[in-house]
Amino acid sequence: MPNRTQPPPIVDAVAYQLTLRPLERATLDNGIPVYMMNAGAEDVLQLEWLYPAGNSFESQNLVAATANFLLRNGTRTKNALQINEAVDYFGAYLNRSCYNEQASLVLHCMTKHIDSLLPIVREVVTESVLPEDELQLYCQNMKQRLEVNLRKADFVAGRLIDTYLFGVDHPYGKFSSAEAFDALDRSTLLRFYETHYQQAQPMLFVAGKIPAGLLDQLNRFFGDLPATPLNCPIHAIVPASTKKYRIDNDKQGMQGAIRMARLFPNRHHPDFIPAQLLNAVLGGFFGSRLMSNIREDKGYTYGIHSYLMNLQQQSAWMISTEAGKEVTEATITEVYREMERLRNEPVGEEELLLVRNYMMGGLLGDLDGPFQLMGRWKNLILHGVDEGYFYKTIDTIKHFSAANLQELAQRYLRPEDFYELVVI
Amino acid sequence: MLTKGGLTLLFTMIQFDRFTLSNGLRVLVHPDSATPMAVVNVLYNVGARDEDPSHTGFAHLFEHLMFGGSVNIPEYDEPLQMAGGENNAYTTNDLTNYYIQLPADNLETAFWLESDRMLSLAFSEKSLATQRKVVCEEFKENYLNKPYGDSWHKMRELAYQVHPYRWMTIGKELSHIEKATVQQVRSFFYKHYTPCNAILVVAGAVDTERVKQLAEKWFGDIPSGTLYERNLPVEPVQTAARQLTVKAPVPLDMFCKTWHMVGRKDRAYHAVDLLTDILGSGASSRLYHALVKEQPLFSSIDCYHFGSNDPGLLTIEGKLVKGVSMEKAEAALQVQLQKVIEEKVTDNELQKVKNKTESMIAFEDMSVMSRASSLAYYEWLVDATEMNQELGKYEAVSSASIREQARSIFREENSNTLYYLASK
Repeated sequence: MPNRTQPPPIVDAVAYQLTLRPLERATLDNGIPVYMMNAGAEDVLQLEWLYPAGNSFESQNLVAATANFLLRNGTRTKNALQINEAVDYFGAYLNRSCYNEQASLVLHCMTKHIDSLLPIVREVVTESVLPEDELQLYCQNMKQRLEVNLRKADFVAGRLIDTYLFGVDHPYGKFSSAEAFDALDRSTLLRFYETHYQQAQPMLFVAGKIPAGLLDQLNRFFGDLPATPLNCPIHAIVPASTKKYRIDNDKQGMQGAIRMARLFPNRHHPDFIPAQLLNAVLGGFFGSRLMSNIREDKGYTYGIHSYLMNLQQQSAWMISTEAGKEVTEATITEVYREMERLRNEPVGEEELLLVRNYMMGGLLGDLDGPFQLMGRWKNLILHGVDEGYFYKTIDTIKHFSAANLQELAQRYLRPEDFYELVVI
Repeated sequence: MLTKGGLTLLFTMIQFDRFTLSNGLRVLVHPDSATPMAVVNVLYNVGARDEDPSHTGFAHLFEHLMFGGSVNIPEYDEPLQMAGGENNAYTTNDLTNYYIQLPADNLETAFWLESDRMLSLAFSEKSLATQRKVVCEEFKENYLNKPYGDSWHKMRELAYQVHPYRWMTIGKELSHIEKATVQQVRSFFYKHYTPCNAILVVAGAVDTERVKQLAEKWFGDIPSGTLYERNLPVEPVQTAARQLTVKAPVPLDMFCKTWHMVGRKDRAYHAVDLLTDILGSGASSRLYHALVKEQPLFSSIDCYHFGSNDPGLLTIEGKLVKGVSMEKAEAALQVQLQKVIEEKVTDNELQKVKNKTESMIAFEDMSVMSRASSLAYYEWLVDATEMNQELGKYEAVSSASIREQARSIFREENSNTLYYLASK
């Protein structure tokens, strides 16, 4: 009969010496940088072409996102269906996403099919025609989807809080509208496509079971393209002067979407890494103070989270939840109370060890598998930091003191710095 | 909810060892030395279908109560986080699955925690009171406070007259959760959460001998419980089409139609699964191409099923383009269904959906967590060795068997249609 009241001994995860598996780097003939993570047991590959084509580059709202979406909807020789069939036949996925600085094309496939799929990707980035009828259909369906989303309090709150933080004209703060879709025209999109895809230099990230000769194949299909490097323009951040907002979006709404946020420096600032540790204590995981207090003790919400936004120019510290309509103000009060506790009292050693162990255990799990490893490397590369950043993070998780965390809380977790929004 | 994605199929053999404790707990071990982590997965043979019709939502409520402390351990999450671990759970209409991932060094912590809550929960009034509120907020967030959020409540009640698939896992109505008492919760627990009604899978950097010792030590003395004999009402064969029209303050009309299909263990299951892929999975699927692209009648359309154990529902669901009438959209859909009933799918199309299935399996198998939950699922379904047979079953599907299934499913008298209209 085991003694069930006595926990088994554990190895503290803070004792682990984690290493970041190195990345292989190469360059195609035209200067395109290729990053490779050859790992994993399954015969699968993930290839990402990351172009300087995010919405920071556009001069008209939605141009970057729309050009990115339409990439695979028609080339000089294939219509959308033919492209889709060519990809789907090999059981592959060709997804595209548009971010603020970059826009990407990601291919997931079985390693054995890569040779059949590379020509399709080449065609898409060199010969897309962004057909007019596809554009019209896209705008129609996106406007309808937007109309549905605008009925959702969390969607509306997510848009508004970004606007307060960064300004409605900043790439991080602007958002879609029916009018912006209506204003799109194909010639602007084609010009954007030419500059930011056809002529531009992408970065290439390859992860999975990489077959011999893949680099030669990449060179064959992408090494002869113009590949002009582009620098991302920097836009001025214009935060709103009013800090508190209450929005009535739906008369029948049963919950309020709450967002509380403040601007925060980017990863190059020495406070960024320790703030991630402080964030974990505040609201970064299930055992965090916000979760324990507002969900597990009071039952106001299904979940409450805080995080530092993964943005390159400037970050923000965000707290996000949906709470019962009648307890939204009580929820906000409790969030401020938790900030106050972090300012006034040092985090206890036991709690801090738990957070350190939890974060280290999470890191250990995250470094498992080629796609996760590549994700971590890619983030370092895009933020312009090196692997020293990773080791600094580990060192901070292990050793940053309670006194220093309290000092950090006093500097950043001040209610007067936070925007506060409730959308019902 | 288990989608096809959850039913991992394998093209490389998954190795595992299996033994049963004297109290009836089945244990499977899947060692994988490539990861530093261990996964402990406990599947309980209880889902929403096993609930009393006047006390629905209990299996899912347990997903919350299971973290509210057990008989010897007041806090579940804290010691796990201290050991660098994470956990979560999901509930379907058929089963409930709990899983932990943690550094393999701390494997015993997972055994200690999981065994104590199988022995008995703490059943504290406070925990029940809080989790009732949390689940009610979850209910509101996902089903009441979202446009179309109640559509599956309505569809299930329309399509099932007697079978407990009539209600969703979250419960039939808020009041069932609001009124749940400790006594009801306690008796539900002792009926279902016992060794003879559970399957334990341990995977990752573990070895079978050590798992045997730990399983004996921590689970060996838990009383077996009574083997649950499921005796659910069988849904009578539907003989006439049913329709329901709903008006709600949503921006777009939605169409949702279901047809009764075979259960998960039926020989025809794999053919039906591929049929849904042909009709509605991906940009080259028939319905998307014909009804979103060629004739713009729907702004989005999907064809799917839940892979439920008992006979389930093949579903086609889409939002109509503004201004398109239900009659016109439905007639165009009928043309597509007629086509799949009358003409055999081409070899090319069949190969495409088989290739997609193969690559989906490969991607899922990258994660040891997903392999562990799949092993538990197949052991629960019939036998874990079946996991290694799945791809072969998909390979064996012929175009004739797909047509045969289309004929037997797409009969009007077998259908249920929900017209979800935008009220002006």
